[in-house]
Amino acid sequence: MSEDRPISAFPDGLWTQPQPSVPSGDDTVSGDDTVSEVQRIRTPASFVYDYTPGRAPSRFLRGLAEKKILGEKCPVSGDVYVPSRGMSPVEGLPTTEAVEVGPKATITSFCVVHIGFGENAPPTPFVSALILPDGAAVSLYGTILGIPHGDVRIGLRVEPVWLPHDQLTTSFENITHWEPIDEPDVAAERLKGHM
Amino acid sequence: MTEVAIVSFAQTDHQRARPEVNEVEMVQPVIHQALEDVGATISDIDFTCSGSSDYLAGQAFSFVMTLDAVGAWPPIAESHVEMDGAWALYEAWLKIQAGHADTALVYGYSKASPGDLPRVLSRGLDPYYQGPLWPDSVAVAGLQARQMLDSAMITEAEMTEIAFRNRESAENNPHAQLRGSAPVEELLAQDYLCNPLRKHDCAPITDGGCAIVLAAGDKARDWVDRPAWLRGIDHRIDSHNFGGRDLTVAPSIAIAAESAGVSPGLDVAEVHAPFSHQEKIVTTGLGLSDSVEVNPSGGALAANPMMAAGLVRLGEVAKRIMSEEIDRGVAHATGGQLLQQNLVAVLEGE
Repeated sequence: MSEDRPISAFPDGLWTQPQPSVPSGDDTVSGDDTVSEVQRIRTPASFVYDYTPGRAPSRFLRGLAEKKILGEKCPVSGDVYVPSRGMSPVEGLPTTEAVEVGPKATITSFCVVHIGFGENAPPTPFVSALILPDGAAVSLYGTILGIPHGDVRIGLRVEPVWLPHDQLTTSFENITHWEPIDEPDVAAERLKGHM
Repeated sequence: MTEVAIVSFAQTDHQRARPEVNEVEMVQPVIHQALEDVGATISDIDFTCSGSSDYLAGQAFSFVMTLDAVGAWPPIAESHVEMDGAWALYEAWLKIQAGHADTALVYGYSKASPGDLPRVLSRGLDPYYQGPLWPDSVAVAGLQARQMLDSAMITEAEMTEIAFRNRESAENNPHAQLRGSAPVEELLAQDYLCNPLRKHDCAPITDGGCAIVLAAGDKARDWVDRPAWLRGIDHRIDSHNFGGRDLTVAPSIAIAAESAGVSPGLDVAEVHAPFSHQEKIVTTGLGLSDSVEVNPSGGALAANPMMAAGLVRLGEVAKRIMSEEIDRGVAHATGGQLLQQNLVAVLEGE
């Protein structure tokens, strides 16, 4: 098998692109001053899908309704993936065992969000983080509240804050956010490979 | 040209709906089986390419999730086409021809059941003149069938016989969704679904997928006793504009067939015709003689997993060559509506 090679021999680099055409400003189609140029049309389209999450995601979603975070175990490495689509992505093999992880967890990365979007976004600035539940091999995405954002750090210990019991559904929205707990930080080198 | 062969083929049991599984849970067993059948793992594969559609999955970058089924660690060389997996196979074939790979894994899959398939397919139309009118795929196929009927190129009885033959052939295909058929007279007495199409003229809506392993030269001979060599492969396109085409023919099929080396001496043709009348356009375009058995698997009229039904055609021909049932066959795959895009491959035993 030969090595990869450049896909183009253009002397000025791999790609060339034509100049974008800019409307002339007189709002007419070139060469015909009786027809106005149509700048844009709108053709709205929407679909409704009866989404079926599958076996493993169904286990995860049902777990959330009981305030449990369920991961799925790789049959080869024993690594627990959460949330899982039912496969060990490293081995390409189906997971067979659901394993509860967390609820205590560790921040593996974070950022401070200054422009929030979506109906449920907290007031800005807030902290989005990747959160590694105890016992899991991969991090979940979540929002960190209850701590000044300048104090958030990799290795910070947190736990989930759930909706009131009577509002729990089979939804990841059951976890409204995560808050710090009074435990020593986890050293960053122990989080390697789990970011 | 590097010799390239299909050495393995696996497909799901195609069904109307698989609500119990997601796409990755559905397709992983066939990916695994295609590799296992030649004693390979993903580490033996130089290039992986898949065919699927976000419009069917109802989510963006859905093919990335399905890569979980492959075992893409350490990182693999991988690509994807928003087309039938037959075009993913073409890309893999090119990769091997270019000397960048000796082996390839190709798969195609979809669950059409979560959405409204005939309307979803309308999003593949010209977005200015056709798309905003939301013509569904069955209605569009009806225009083509009407043109053929009015041009005396086919009769409703002939269309029904095509549907009957495919579904009867599918009796021998354990993976098919629709196996067996009511008699032709009974079918012809049924009401129209979309005049002039009756229900039996249309492919079923299917959840399913398939996987193929390709290998070059001696690697193929190492893996199997009788590789199904891809002697020629080409794909061509007819106009996207219905009004700019004679819908009763698809010249791109004949051009692709000539380029792929379709010639007399074929045992089997597996053609991808989601509507009964389209089979006649395809077999005419391929120039098949009456001695060629068409769609022993039952074709797309017996199971039509979108983004996989074309790749299944290649697999069905290859399977028969590998098992020494036949020596030479032609596979056809289509994409878009009204046989707009066509891929033709000639496969042969040693």
